[in-house]
Amino acid sequence: MSRATLLVLADGRFPAGGHAHSGGAEAAVKAGLIRGAEGLEAFCRGRLHTVGLVSAALAAAAALGVDPVALDAAADARTPSLALRGASRKLGRQLMRAARATWPSGELDVLAREFPKGAHQPVVLGVTARAAGLGPEDAAYCSVYESVSGPAGATVRLLSLDPFDATGVVARLAPEMDRVVRSAVEAGREAVGGGVDVLPAASGPLLEIGAEVHAAWAVRLFAS
Amino acid sequence: MHLDHDHLHDGPSAVSADAYRPDGRRRALRIGLGGPVGSGKTATVAALCRALRDELALAVVTNDIYTREDAEFLLREAVLPPERITAVETGACPHTAIRDDISANLEAVEDLEDEVGPLDLVLVESGGDNLTATFSKGLVDAQIFVIDVAGGDDIPRKGGPGVTTADLLVVNKTDLAPYVGSDLGRMAADAKAQRAELPVVFQSLRSEAGVTDVAAWVRERLAAWTA
Repeated sequence: MSRATLLVLADGRFPAGGHAHSGGAEAAVKAGLIRGAEGLEAFCRGRLHTVGLVSAALAAAAALGVDPVALDAAADARTPSLALRGASRKLGRQLMRAARATWPSGELDVLAREFPKGAHQPVVLGVTARAAGLGPEDAAYCSVYESVSGPAGATVRLLSLDPFDATGVVARLAPEMDRVVRSAVEAGREAVGGGVDVLPAASGPLLEIGAEVHAAWAVRLFAS
Repeated sequence: MHLDHDHLHDGPSAVSADAYRPDGRRRALRIGLGGPVGSGKTATVAALCRALRDELALAVVTNDIYTREDAEFLLREAVLPPERITAVETGACPHTAIRDDISANLEAVEDLEDEVGPLDLVLVESGGDNLTATFSKGLVDAQIFVIDVAGGDDIPRKGGPGVTTADLLVVNKTDLAPYVGSDLGRMAADAKAQRAELPVVFQSLRSEAGVTDVAAWVRERLAAWTA
């Protein structure tokens, strides 16, 4: 694998639509669950070990060549909130566009044809990693990193949080991100022979509820 | 000039500015409208829709920063049927959505063409922003920058990418000039200095001429696009 290629895919400036989403941070800020760096860290830690782990495992499995259609159904089954399923497909579609333009590949074309309105983002991420010549660990790293960097960046805008504090939160979570990546890749490898049902199904109920509440707001800064 | 079918993208989503859709048809011309908050972008879009809707198949994408107000204004004014107006959410950063990461806007444009097409023209209205906001060439074929006389008659002199490089500069609300002490002659001279040969339109949507000049410019762009 090329470490430089990994940085291209992991870069927050990679034009795949993430800037318009807060990863649930906007709803959590409104609910008073995030008031500063401490609350942000707790929020990100919860997200990392639930939806972060699930997304990373899906991405790793897709990068290992597990059937993306089955993985997409597995992602649906692990995402109770309709709003979050919608956001994930929207981000998957946007990543698909950027990925096809950046690393043209037959597998991406097939997946785009199968899901013209978007497959789940982690599945597209895994197939993108394959197209870019990256491996399951790389895909999982991208996934866990964006699962915490997204809310951290959004909170800087939402609370005018000191950007150095927000970056410190993400940096402190790095060792935990390493551990989650190891679990996710292990689960992805098991799914190669054992099917998608062996993938983790951890869930953060408040994220799901918050996403539904957020989707009904008339005024909001972020799409999710 | 763009015809190169060997490079047509296979599948449902074309990439960025491809002039041809996956089905081989030429896509609609896309014109972006940007400019500061309150300068009259939405009012100009509404007037353009009224002026052009009987002769062209058109649709609108709005980029609201934190509400759906612009889309709702257009719906309330009934300038187009609701299925021809789409709102994109921009995550507190309107210029990102039209310049740095255009994916959500591209999707909105393509979905409109899929659902209510074929279309001749799609207007993409940016959320109100600052003087540096410009549209990516991957998203639009031409852009209009809308400022107004009440925002200060020194804006053309200040320049910036919007004023300097937009394909058309619109100085709006000229009817207010006497009330806010803006010197239209000075604005015209400054704009000329910043933009050389690029066109500038002074308009008041409250006057009888209304959006006529801008509509004429849009027709010219469309004629060039389909030529």
